[in-house]
Amino acid sequence: MAMKQILSPLPGTFYRKPAPDQPAFKSEGDSIAQGDVIGLVEVMKTFFEVKAEAAGKLKVFLVENEDPVTAGQPLADLED
Amino acid sequence: MAFKVLNPGLFTTVQDLGRPGYFHLGIPVSGAMDRFALRAANLLVGNDEGAAALESVFMGPQLEFEIDATVAVTGADMPARVDGEAKPGWTAFKVRAGQVLTFDYLKGGARIYIAISGGVDTPPSLNSRSTYPIGALGGVEGRPLAIGDVVQLGKGVGAKEGRSVPENLRRMPGSPVELRVLPGLYWRLITEEAGRNFFEDEWAVAPEADRMGYRFRGGRPIEFEKRDQPFGAGSDPSNIVDGCYPYGSIQVPGGTEPIVLHRDAVSGGGYFTLGAVISADMDLIGQLQPHTPARFVKVDMETALTARHDRRSLLDKVRESLS
Repeated sequence: MAMKQILSPLPGTFYRKPAPDQPAFKSEGDSIAQGDVIGLVEVMKTFFEVKAEAAGKLKVFLVENEDPVTAGQPLADLED
Repeated sequence: MAFKVLNPGLFTTVQDLGRPGYFHLGIPVSGAMDRFALRAANLLVGNDEGAAALESVFMGPQLEFEIDATVAVTGADMPARVDGEAKPGWTAFKVRAGQVLTFDYLKGGARIYIAISGGVDTPPSLNSRSTYPIGALGGVEGRPLAIGDVVQLGKGVGAKEGRSVPENLRRMPGSPVELRVLPGLYWRLITEEAGRNFFEDEWAVAPEADRMGYRFRGGRPIEFEKRDQPFGAGSDPSNIVDGCYPYGSIQVPGGTEPIVLHRDAVSGGGYFTLGAVISADMDLIGQLQPHTPARFVKVDMETALTARHDRRSLLDKVRESLS
């Protein structure tokens, strides 16, 4: 099975939910289409949507909600 | 004589050396957060040092060129590519009409400066092309670049490719970054212990940090000397009767999180300021990512002026090496 990763495009704080009182964008085990939003990175009072560049099944998140992340850091593993 | 914006990245603005002279009217100086990097980029492509270039923070843009140009990318470590081919930083390279400039992930620092031969030729406002989005001044319609923008370039012969700023003349912040501070007029408002703590504690850049101010958190709260708040000041001990905020001044609203005011900051207000980060270290702040550890180091005026002199010498060396 080919593994793919979703990387953070920029540094900041990672969030799995669109807002604190809303459900997560995606859960582990969910099917992901290309372009699906899997989380947000907050920086400079801006929330940047992290989108999947390829389709697959979200196997595991590699960072916790509200973790600091760097540019290029893997956020989640995808499998075909 | 233009390039087209295929993707603006997170926040890409036109910046030059800013618009000094209007701060007393509440219009900030604006201009590049890392002015050393802007000057170096312009020198590499054969422009005047103060020509307008692009500043991109954390993510690079994708630009399609309509003309042949010489380009240089300085500041943060974010590798550039021309039609997929990697180009070194701090070095002039050619881009041909029809080619696309893209960027890899950010590896270090925060802001790149993309200088293009001829300079970005958006209409100046108040003697500068620098973008001040809140005031809708400068740049492209006073805002950051957006998809589909066609941005005009000035006439420029362009320097030859391959010229490079020697590595020992490039300057990037360490980790933890050390920011030198000259204590200011309101230092007397805080306790002696709070003053010591401020310089002893390790702080970290908060994710909110932007062109207006760099916020830091993680150190102990500031304690204030007891005093009756004067008429005109608010009830919080961090409030003062309104005063001026110089570029680099450090305000601490509520005594909790210091904010270093940067190029797009307000010119005055009702928070006390601890002092100011010295001018020689302000470019470094422009290269800080969120969560970067930071320490503030107390200096006197003589040290601040020597540091300013050293910065000028460094720039002179860059000028010499590229002349």
